Amino acid sequence: MARAVMSDIKRDHIHKLLSKGKRVDGRTWDEFRQISIETRYVESAEGSARVKLGNTDVLVGVKMQTGTPFEDTPDKGVLATNAELIPLASPTFESGPPDEDSIELARVVDRGIRESEMIDLSSLCITPKEEVWMCFVDVYVLDYDGNLFDAAFLGAVAALKTAVVPAATYGKGENFPLPTKSTPISCTAVQIENSILLDPTLDEEKVADARLTVTTDENGDLRAMQKGLDGSLTLEQVRKIIETSQKLGKELRKLVG
Amino acid sequence: MEGKMIDENGLRIDGRKADELRPIKIEAGVLKRADGSAYVEWGKNKVLAAVYGPRECHPRHLQDPSKALVQCKYNMIAFSVSDRKRPGPDRRSVEISKIISEALEYAVFTEYFPRTSVDVYIEILQANAGTRCAGLTAASVALADAGIPMKDMIPSVAVGKIDGQVVLDLCKEEDNYGQADLPIAVVPRTGEILLMQMDGHMTMDEFNKAMEYGFGACEKIYQLQKDALKRRYAVEDVEGLEEDAPREQQDMEG
Amino acid sequence: MKESEVMYKDGALKPVREIVVPGELLDSGKLKPGSGTYVSEGKIYASQLGIKSTKSNYVNVIPLGGRYIPVTGDNVIGKVIDIGPSNWLIDINSPYPAPLHVNEVPWRVEFGDTARYLNVGDTILAKVLMVDETKRVQVTMKDQGLRKLQGGQIIDISHSKVPRVIGKGGSMIQLIKSHTNCRIFVGQNGRIWLDGDIESIVAAIRAIRMIDEGAQTLRLTERVKEYLESVTKPSQIG
Repeated sequence: MARAVMSDIKRDHIHKLLSKGKRVDGRTWDEFRQISIETRYVESAEGSARVKLGNTDVLVGVKMQTGTPFEDTPDKGVLATNAELIPLASPTFESGPPDEDSIELARVVDRGIRESEMIDLSSLCITPKEEVWMCFVDVYVLDYDGNLFDAAFLGAVAALKTAVVPAATYGKGENFPLPTKSTPISCTAVQIENSILLDPTLDEEKVADARLTVTTDENGDLRAMQKGLDGSLTLEQVRKIIETSQKLGKELRKLVG
Repeated sequence: MEGKMIDENGLRIDGRKADELRPIKIEAGVLKRADGSAYVEWGKNKVLAAVYGPRECHPRHLQDPSKALVQCKYNMIAFSVSDRKRPGPDRRSVEISKIISEALEYAVFTEYFPRTSVDVYIEILQANAGTRCAGLTAASVALADAGIPMKDMIPSVAVGKIDGQVVLDLCKEEDNYGQADLPIAVVPRTGEILLMQMDGHMTMDEFNKAMEYGFGACEKIYQLQKDALKRRYAVEDVEGLEEDAPREQQDMEG
Repeated sequence: MKESEVMYKDGALKPVREIVVPGELLDSGKLKPGSGTYVSEGKIYASQLGIKSTKSNYVNVIPLGGRYIPVTGDNVIGKVIDIGPSNWLIDINSPYPAPLHVNEVPWRVEFGDTARYLNVGDTILAKVLMVDETKRVQVTMKDQGLRKLQGGQIIDISHSKVPRVIGKGGSMIQLIKSHTNCRIFVGQNGRIWLDGDIESIVAAIRAIRMIDEGAQTLRLTERVKEYLESVTKPSQIG
């Protein structure tokens, strides 16, 4: 509980800097922190990536196995996404089943992948109505300093893009790279006293009124959005965040190829 | 598979001799939020350990008025193994968490911090047999990194038996066809055993040989633990500044 | 070259502090056990990761990292995290939050009226009043200069770096203060409060981070001075 309380002084300092157009770590409002992505991080996974976004550190893995399709999509593979906010990453994360934050994170990452049709699920069909490939994406937060959405999404995309379908293990022929059709990118911003900041640190998230994550494709078209926190955004602010996401998306996309 | 695990030169399937460890790399202080942390690569194992504490004990009803609790949680992440593991603790993780907590409890000077908890988290990122030993080895480094007072570092290793021979540090392939598995953890200075489990079939002679291999390996692992911590804080002399000078207090008029 | 020496570029050898890990033997009989050590069968061993140091017959280990362990008389910077009718709970970065009782503040507080003086999220300059055998801590604000802090910025550094940030006789912190014209309080618990104009605060924080994060202490004072001179103009008016 001690760590969850933010001191008024820290909060005021962030506001004071903002009124001069500055941030605590010296970044501009639309600048992302330093990003490093290491793919094929874990051999036991079909695909994996460890992403460091500033001091936020996330590990994403892709596991694939055969299974039965859903009844309403008999010729499509299955995609399932899970996120774990493990206590190792922050004194504020508790052990136990996924809480609402973990679940929201997983569902937002999933939505971005699914709605951008990054994976052609039809290509994961083995025998319609009987057997398809199931693709599990697991997100583990290792160190928490804000903006889990973007770190996790970059990790998921990088892991999927380097994933190999283990066909040989299941007697379905030779292994082949997981076919991906596009590269969606998410950008998250917060609104603090009507200033918009991209890629918030933990402290910035703590004083933010509202948060918006925008996921775009190569054309800059919208694929998924999620507004969070209990404050509000104006339409103008939303447009600004979308435009910035489209612009930054282009740069970030180069990191995951 | 029997009879094929050790060849005529006494070499194992990965080229090791009977008493040889897999390559081990240890790094201390790898996470920012945690009070202490360590990362271990041990053969194909990848293990991350973090420590928070001493801090207020949760759940509160477990608080001990005379000492700190050492609560360790061991977990394998979903994609650490070939067949995806459903997230969440299973019975095996609960048992391993318990025996590691007990080993660490002995090593930590718990009486210095009554009513608190020292929380240790071990996450197996990639598994290839011997994860509880790699985990405990990492946890020990993370505890030291967190400044927790301890009697000693605690190295841990597993000894096994394949093809009727006692061998050190089984890898996954050997473990699948092994005839015995014996993880241990020891206090290097005194030789006290803080963790020991065994399953399989061993004669007394084989057990003695296993202990010889195990203790020898723990000595090597202990050196690696020490090196990791010293490397993390390698520091040169501050120009004339006594680290242990009487506490310089600032005058509060600022 | 001994493990405890390091060679510098000019060929000179300088002694390096010896880092010890828990369980390492420190002394076999001549010295007395100090902090960070324990005794077993007449020998002294390190109980913590830290720097071995010998002083007037005692061998100590000065811990590197780890939580702040309060010592009576320490000046600390605390954060109010909870309120009760007759006390507040203060986070001072130690294993337990420290209670601050209404009797230990410079105001006269009626029962139940505590929120009027200090609220959750406030920052205070306090002193460790007492630490009992079970390591429970109490803090006080009843001393010269102790008060609620307002404005400025707070940062946290590793408490083991506090001596370096203060410097011998306060020299390092004075260097930073004079170049940035900031008021700076360094709490023994590793929490630091700074106040001044925004650019100066940012410069002072960067200087402190150089000290906190740098493993190299060679020419530290010079490097900090160089940095400060490059970003501030001493005695600039307005």
